[in-house]
Amino acid sequence: MDRKRLDLELITSLVERKSRILDVGCGSGELLESLKKKRNIIGQGLELGQERVNQCVAKGLSAIQGDADKDLSLYPDQSFDCVILSQTIQATSHPDVILKELIRIGKKAIVSIPNFGYWRVRLSLGFYGKMPITKRLSNSWFNTPNIHLCTILDFINLCDQLNIEIEKTITLSSKNTKSYNGLPNKLSNLLSEEAIFIIKS
Amino acid sequence: MTIEPNKLPCSYFTEKIPLLLENGTSIVELTVAYESYGKLNKNKSNAIIVCHALSGDQFLASKNPITNKDGWWNRMVGCGKPVDTDKYFIICANVLGGCTGSTGPTSLDPKTNKEYGLDFPMITVSDMVNAQLRLINHLGIKKLLSVIGGSMGGMQVLEWAASYPEKLFSAIPIATSSRHTAQNIAFHELGRQAIMADPEWNGGDYIKLGTRPSKGLSIARMTAHVTYLSEASLTKKFGRRLQDKDEISFGFDADFQIESYLRHQGLTFVDRFDANSYLYITRAMDYFDLEKTHNKSLTEIFEKTKTKFLLASFTGDWLYPPSESLIIVRALSAGGVDVSFVNIESDKGHDAFLLDEPEFDNAMRGFLESVSKETNL
Repeated sequence: MDRKRLDLELITSLVERKSRILDVGCGSGELLESLKKKRNIIGQGLELGQERVNQCVAKGLSAIQGDADKDLSLYPDQSFDCVILSQTIQATSHPDVILKELIRIGKKAIVSIPNFGYWRVRLSLGFYGKMPITKRLSNSWFNTPNIHLCTILDFINLCDQLNIEIEKTITLSSKNTKSYNGLPNKLSNLLSEEAIFIIKS
Repeated sequence: MTIEPNKLPCSYFTEKIPLLLENGTSIVELTVAYESYGKLNKNKSNAIIVCHALSGDQFLASKNPITNKDGWWNRMVGCGKPVDTDKYFIICANVLGGCTGSTGPTSLDPKTNKEYGLDFPMITVSDMVNAQLRLINHLGIKKLLSVIGGSMGGMQVLEWAASYPEKLFSAIPIATSSRHTAQNIAFHELGRQAIMADPEWNGGDYIKLGTRPSKGLSIARMTAHVTYLSEASLTKKFGRRLQDKDEISFGFDADFQIESYLRHQGLTFVDRFDANSYLYITRAMDYFDLEKTHNKSLTEIFEKTKTKFLLASFTGDWLYPPSESLIIVRALSAGGVDVSFVNIESDKGHDAFLLDEPEFDNAMRGFLESVSKETNL
């Protein structure tokens, strides 16, 4: 299974049936579609690219064009059971503000991040002295939309600073997927390519 | 050609219970002229109302008996089309104040047994909606699958959703606004002044006096028609090309193709539209201000409504630009409403919603299919 698919399946498995979901950065609606089919959710998507929004609507998904950095403030408190931010936080201007918004709007939030602490990434920068390009982070430094990359440890520290509770963590590497109640083990920051967190206030 | 609105071939619904209007007066005898397409199912759950725009009529997807042209939204509504007549029962009614069969300034005033003319009461968009509500009650429809409309049709959709949320599962306001802006009012005022400046208008009494303010109405239409297009579409269609000549005439004939086109638009319009109706309907649009009518903010009006929304705007529409739709979308999001919004790339101006825009069609189809599924149609 490819990584994107796996990310999608794992997030789907974390979502409760029939819940109200906001998918921030929903793309052309793959995750919302999967959630609708497998979890029978009521979904809303927010997406920056108008073309992708139009694709969502043509598929029968609810979506509007909007910018996570600006438009999350529109939504009322606790208006969704869960807000999902899949592989998007690194492309936002103010990840800290966004995290706070997610748990204000949602009773909880699911956030997945590419882990910049992964050993291959460290190797690229530390050994070759070049900005890392991986399957997950495939752009060059000059054209990447990913302006706020972080490691699993950075993410955990930010949540701690913001008084955000991490309820569950799933770490992913090419070999395996591990699930933790609460925080992951220390080594995962080196061995995981990606992590999915369930957070709440 | 003169219009005999009550003889046009379509369905009619007449009720002698007064319709109370927003301005405090009432219409004693209400007639609604309408067309319907498709079949109403057993539990009457597949009905859709399509609301027409300023110069529209009930001939949505069937031949217009006045112009002999196809229905104005034939492209969108029909068998296998996004608004599918195989699945849905689609109703389109001439608006209150209109001139193709519904009660309006050309109808007979029961008090005098003569045409209303300017004695017709001032109507509003919510009055139009209330007339449609009478019709669906008469048809025994408790809840509409959707209410759809562009431009003034979109205003009616918003009013439906604001006043009768329990009566509709979904709403599709297209290329519209929650209130008429100063620019919108300005263009309408140009049209009205042109009509009233025509000596044949005779203070609105032209029917009784046997005159017709064709010049004025035709100028009103020409002005309005320009606002429905865009510079890009005008340039593409006409540029500076001359009409049937190689050189300019150094006179005031229609040298340019665009002039000839506009004159034609004006001339054909007077055959199918009544000048007083034009005054009343443009006024109703100018008075449209959802927040003011409901004395609440947009968010408060729609807060927690169960109605599912699809809004659509077109990038080249400068009359009801995407920013106007976005105001509504933001208010709906803030109210926790299930809302979708597509902004279609098009240089065709306001009229784009009536023209060939496949991406718009796909959104309409996808949205209506999802609503059908949710209501177990």
